[in-house]
Amino acid sequence: MKLRINGVEQTLDVDPDMPLLWAIRDTLGLTGTKYGCGEALCGACSVHLDGHVVRSCVTPVRRAEGKSVTTIEGLSPDRKHPLQQAWLELRVPQCGYCQAGQLMSASALLAANPKPTDAEIDASMAGNLCRCGTYVRIRAAIKRAAGLGEDER
Amino acid sequence: MRIELVWVALVSAAAVTACRGGSRRAATPVELRAVGPDELRAVADFDAIGDRTARSRALFAEMSRVITHPRCVNCHPAGDSPHQRLAMEPHDPPVVRGPADRGVVGMECAGCHQDRNQAHTRVPGAPEWHLAPIAMAWEGKTVAAICAQLKDPARNGGKTLAQLVLHTERDPLVAWGWDPGADREPVPGNQAQFGALTAAWVATGAACPEDVR
Repeated sequence: MKLRINGVEQTLDVDPDMPLLWAIRDTLGLTGTKYGCGEALCGACSVHLDGHVVRSCVTPVRRAEGKSVTTIEGLSPDRKHPLQQAWLELRVPQCGYCQAGQLMSASALLAANPKPTDAEIDASMAGNLCRCGTYVRIRAAIKRAAGLGEDER
Repeated sequence: MRIELVWVALVSAAAVTACRGGSRRAATPVELRAVGPDELRAVADFDAIGDRTARSRALFAEMSRVITHPRCVNCHPAGDSPHQRLAMEPHDPPVVRGPADRGVVGMECAGCHQDRNQAHTRVPGAPEWHLAPIAMAWEGKTVAAICAQLKDPARNGGKTLAQLVLHTERDPLVAWGWDPGADREPVPGNQAQFGALTAAWVATGAACPEDVR
């Protein structure tokens, strides 16, 4: 089947029911997207499918046929997406395992809603767990990337 | 096994007339066929109820065994978040209905729920997975209130009663209730029976029960 991954047309010869995450990591070798729970409960595997956040661990690859998938590797050509910059400036990650998923959800949020409130950030990021508990820094970095002051809610 | 008695004479016009006339005729209960919790009665089971309105109410009471099942009510919440499991626990992860009842950016229903149930991950799925709009909330409402709501185009998605019958017979998201996947308990009966009950309820005047919970 054909699909676009990070702007590149790919032809995959895989079981249509294979999880998209398997195709991304094992078939295409893009290992920035992480396997967390395998049940859509943690958000580590979040990618964009035609701009919408999906949990790739529970999304069959057939759903991506003819569509465009963006992974953390494709978030920006030079790793200078405003969120990536804010992530570095505020030293958001601790262990880092969940952060690719966090960035994919946050980038979809800002694309749809460039100036989100704290409540909107919380609602959109609620499915991305961080065992290190970096939530406060994640929210601060999203607000910085959005050009919002820390006190703006 | 439940045995339900429908007190036909209490609600029939004939009985009202009789009472006005001073008769002390007792109400005549109609004993419906006993069925298990996973079964629905057939339309024919209600034929013994002679009064049309009473029959219609009894048909809706039977439909309500599907409508009030947690499998259905979980996604007809009165608030902004769905529930899950038979105990109607809060949905995990925490999701909100969003502007179009399909979640919010980053947490859309379809971000996890596919067009069919997922065997290995147990994530339930069906086409057009989404929450019922708040106007169609069933959580915490009596059967009578849900019945009135279902007949009201302002609170049923603009449907005529005929469209409501088609919806119950054919809608693939409604169908999920009978095929919820994994080890989930389905709603009673099957979709064809539910559609037939709805059609019979409409055909008998779509009367609403008054105090059945």
